[in-house]
Amino acid sequence: MREINVKEVIPIVRKLCLDASIYIGDDVVKKLKEFQEKEVSPIAKEIISIIFENQKLAVEKKMPLCQDTGVAVIFIELGQDVNLVGGDFYEAINEGVRQGYKDGYLRKSMVDDPVIERKNTKDNTPALIYLDIVPGDKIKITLAAKGGGSENMSEVKMMKAADGIEGVKDFVVDRVRRSGGNPCPPIIVGVGLGGNFEQSALLAKKSLLRSLDKKNPDPKWAKIEDEILERINKLGIGPQGLGGRTTAIAVNILYKPCHIASMPVAVNIQCHVHRHKSAIL
Amino acid sequence: MTKEIKLQTPLKDNDLEGLHIGDKVLISGTIYTARDAAHKRLVDLIAAGKELPFDIQGQIIYFVGPSPARPGMPIGSAGPTTSYRMDPYSPVLLDNGLKGMIGKGPRSKEVIASMIKNKGVYFAAIGGAAVVMAQSIKEAKVIAYEDLGPEAIRELKVENLPCIVANDVYGNDLFDEGVKEYREN
Repeated sequence: MREINVKEVIPIVRKLCLDASIYIGDDVVKKLKEFQEKEVSPIAKEIISIIFENQKLAVEKKMPLCQDTGVAVIFIELGQDVNLVGGDFYEAINEGVRQGYKDGYLRKSMVDDPVIERKNTKDNTPALIYLDIVPGDKIKITLAAKGGGSENMSEVKMMKAADGIEGVKDFVVDRVRRSGGNPCPPIIVGVGLGGNFEQSALLAKKSLLRSLDKKNPDPKWAKIEDEILERINKLGIGPQGLGGRTTAIAVNILYKPCHIASMPVAVNIQCHVHRHKSAIL
Repeated sequence: MTKEIKLQTPLKDNDLEGLHIGDKVLISGTIYTARDAAHKRLVDLIAAGKELPFDIQGQIIYFVGPSPARPGMPIGSAGPTTSYRMDPYSPVLLDNGLKGMIGKGPRSKEVIASMIKNKGVYFAAIGGAAVVMAQSIKEAKVIAYEDLGPEAIRELKVENLPCIVANDVYGNDLFDEGVKEYREN
């Protein structure tokens, strides 16, 4: 067993929060450039240029790319040969989030309870933590800082097997159509298929962690992703919903087996401020 | 996006009559921030016949919850939030003198009707371009509802805040028109 003190996690999570808020991934920049070149709408081209200017200014001024610095969604891959010591692991993660959001001058966006009081917790905790146990003696920590505007346009639908792959494509495209300019297009569309009600949603979120440089490893699903993306970009929504051919820059699909009676489909929408960073301990 | 028009707050009807969807505008002067929670309080005050925390006549509300300012800076990042969440409240504020709103994403039929009736305009800012937007904000102070944190009402002094006219006083909607132009099926 490898012993790891949970306190070691605090500065790592803190740094992930700081870095994710300012530095956009190269894969996102590359895709946006690719689509800007193909774009036919002048207003759309100009909006993408402003997005690039914003990315440069964020680094220069050390200011978050977007004022909505998101909910801290944390994915943990915990090696089964790790023995965690020195306190509460989840509390250490939350302490990292607390420090990161304070030291980075990031917005605190969590309210408790979610309906009646809606009182700001003032430190952006609690983080949303998802744990997977994996072979080995390391801990991989991935932070996805998820904004509210795009999250609000997400949906789970319990479809029928008879709806088939065409039904899935129609649902995903229609979800984007109904979202219009609300989720800050250009967007990335995460799709989770199978599992059950809650797992499909988690799969959709996890699918967003795949680099935009990488195609789906299964050519059959890669083709379906391309087809959905093409249909989405024919909707005309464009950057910010003001018209154009760049509504989405990628569609990522993840799936798991499911019950004979079910066909869960989840769509998680991600805005162009696509922030996720990982570290291995 | 052929014209670039400078606007100074408070807005007057003849300023707004000259604006059309797709026009680029640069807004200067005093504006106010408010999101869902602050909107609810404002509308509740109006319903109770009480005074609002700022003079809303001819004013613009920017739908934004900025990130905290670094020391020496007036404000943190400050891009628009999604406007449909303010749709239930905006008509009441327009009826009471509000002239402009800045946000992102389309508005409801009710808000568009209210903008025609009250001569109001909705400006789209670019969601996610929050550092770019912050460059035009020169001063910021919380004037009401400090308990709401990022959702408190702030008075902002802005210089050339860049926006696009998304809904004009004539009922035109850039979200509708823009999408129609580029839809391929």
